Order: sequence, then C-alpha cells, then structure tokens
Amino acid sequence: MLKLLARLGENFLYLLETTGRMGMFLGASFASIFRPPYSIYAIVRQIYFFGARSVTVILIVGLFTGMVLGLQGYHNLKQFGSEELLGSAVALSLIQELGPVLTALMVIGRAGSAICAEIGIMRHSEQIDALECMAIDPLKYLVAPKFVAALISLPVLAFIFNIVGIFGGYLAGVVLLGVSEGSYFQGMYNSVEWADIRLCLIKSLIFGVLIVWICTFKGYFLHLSRTGVFGAEGVSRVTTDAVVFASVSILVWDYLIGSLILS
Amino acid sequence: MKRTSLEIVVGAFLLAGFISFSWLAVKMGDINPFQSETYPMTARFTSISGLKEGSTIELAGVVVGKVSQIELDAGDYEAVVHLNIDKTIELTDDSIASIRTSGIIGDKFIKLTPGGSDIMLEAGDEIDETESAISLEELVSKYIFESE
Repeated sequence: MLKLLARLGENFLYLLETTGRMGMFLGASFASIFRPPYSIYAIVRQIYFFGARSVTVILIVGLFTGMVLGLQGYHNLKQFGSEELLGSAVALSLIQELGPVLTALMVIGRAGSAICAEIGIMRHSEQIDALECMAIDPLKYLVAPKFVAALISLPVLAFIFNIVGIFGGYLAGVVLLGVSEGSYFQGMYNSVEWADIRLCLIKSLIFGVLIVWICTFKGYFLHLSRTGVFGAEGVSRVTTDAVVFASVSILVWDYLIGSLILS
Repeated sequence: MKRTSLEIVVGAFLLAGFISFSWLAVKMGDINPFQSETYPMTARFTSISGLKEGSTIELAGVVVGKVSQIELDAGDYEAVVHLNIDKTIELTDDSIASIRTSGIIGDKFIKLTPGGSDIMLEAGDEIDETESAISLEELVSKYIFESE
C-alpha cells in the first residue's frame, strides 16, 4: 500500500519535472534565437528540410483531401438541393481546420520524427556534450534554427495545402460532378472572410512551435527519459513518443485555438 | 554549386507560399489594395433581423456596396444601417432600400430600387424610403392565428 503511494508520488513528481523542463527548454530556445551570432544559412537549410521537401507530400495530400471534401460535400448538400454551397463548404473547412491540421500532421511525420532522431543520436553519441565543451550553445546551434524554420515553413505549407485543396474540390465538384463553376468560386469568395485566413495563419504558427518544441525536446533529453534505455532502442522509443505526443497535442490545441478565437 | 541550388529551392518554396497567401487574402479576405472608392449613407429600418455587417447591397441584382455598421436608435426603436456605396453610383432621393433574402434560407441583403426624382442623394444622406425584413415565420403565424 505504502509502495503504491510512493509510486504515485514519484510519477507525479516526474510529470512536474518534465513539464518544468519542457517550459525551460522552450524559453531558453526562444531566447537563443535573438542572441548573436545569427546564422541565416542554417535557417535556410532548415527551411529546405522542413518546408521545401514537404511540398510534394502536401500537394498530394491536399489534392485528395479537397477531392474528398468535394465528393462528400456534394452528396450531402444535394439532399437539400443546395449544391451551390459546395465551394464555401470546401474552402471554409480547408482554411479553418484541415489545412493547418493536416499540414502539421504531415510535417510531424516527415520532419518531426527526423529531427527527434537526429538530435537523439547526437545526444547519444555525445556530440551535444562536445558542442558544450567547445563553448557552442547547442540550443542556439541546433534548436533555434529549427524553430525559425518551422515558424516560416508551416504557414507557407498550410497555404499551399489550402490552394491545392480548393483546386481538388473544384476537380471533384465542378469537373466530375457538374456543380457550376461560377457558384463554386463565387460562393467561396463571398463566404470566406479575412478572419478565417487569420485563423489559419495563427493555427499554423502555433503548430509549428509545438512540433519543433516536442520533437527536439524528446531527442535533446534522451538521456533523462525514464524508460532507462539508451542507444538505438532509446532513440527509437523517444522518436515514437515524440510523434505520438506531437500529433495528439496538435489536435488538442486545434480545438483550444478554435474555441478561443471563434467564440 | 550545391548551396545555390538549395537556395533556389527554398526561394521557390517561399514564393509559392507567398502567392497562395496573397491569392487567398485578396480574393477572399476582401483585403483589396485596388478597392474602388465608396461613399457613406444611412437608412432606418423597423427590423433588420438577419442582416449583418458586411452584407451586400444590390442594385438591379448587381453588388454596389456593403453594410459597414449597424446601430440601434434606442429612442425610436429603429435600426440604423450604415451603407458604403460605390462612388460611381448616384441615387435619387426617392430610392427605396428594402431587405431581401436570397433564396428561401439564403443570406439577407439590401436591395436598392431607384426612383424617378431629379434630386440626387449626397454622401452622408439618409434613404427615407425603406422596407424592413420580411420574416416568413411571422407571415405564417399571422395566417394561422387570423384564420382561427
């Protein structure tokens, strides 16, 4: 009985400790963004890794998401005889929800797992300690460019996703199912407001921070993770953890931001 | 060489994002730098139920402006609607502003019907002739309760 209580307390303390460490990690990383030396080239390389190389997958996912929305929306709206609302239904669901969320999930799968494993292996092979020995701030050198790159890339990817998705909805709704082209686009122009586009922007910025925060944190503190396994198995575990945790947080935060801003 | 091609890819990526963003913002967000100029006008209605800020104003079915602000005149219990109308449109002082619905369940909009007077309204003037929103439910309930 006493043992059980001790276990419970230990778990709670571990939770508090991890939360605190995550907060301090975020604070320190952000502070290091503004500290010289500024390395633009490191950021460009990270944008290439985060953003430019994700474009292909975003294009494919966006196109098919839009087509599915067009297809489903058409059959649902047809029951009420209001197919002309298809354009606004597709555009609003893409811009408000699916664009930022699916982009974030794709980026977690493509880049988030990679940066977690990369930093985890650097920690394991003591490269991070080596950086510290050379008086190079590992947060500044490794983590800060990733934050900046994610803050730039995520909105860009989300907007590409929106445009491609709208085109996908056009393909399915107008070209294949015969909704009139004018009502598809005009309905869209009339119903989408600047507030929706701003919501998309805010969401993707916050998602960008969340992705890099969780994925780099998990890798960076590989040696402190409680599973107690180090080495290859440890890296594989923290990477899995990071991907699951980041994906769940994205969906939770999506709801929180939505309810905060739409209310 | 490697470095240059990487920068080109990143540049193309950022440009694509910027183009998508500005297309969305200009086409849908009504952030239009080339917006045509408008002049203000007001109109009073006994009921505007369903009309929103940003609702369109139509003349002969063509969009000629937007509702910029809706206030309640607490003294007369009337709604005061501020309209922004395209500079190129001139209205006679006996024009009628009526609130209509597009379709049965569609959005509310203001329909302008020009009159035959020689006197033109100027910026800031009030449109005197107005017709309030017609509520389908009210009409139906009137019909039901009168026939009893």
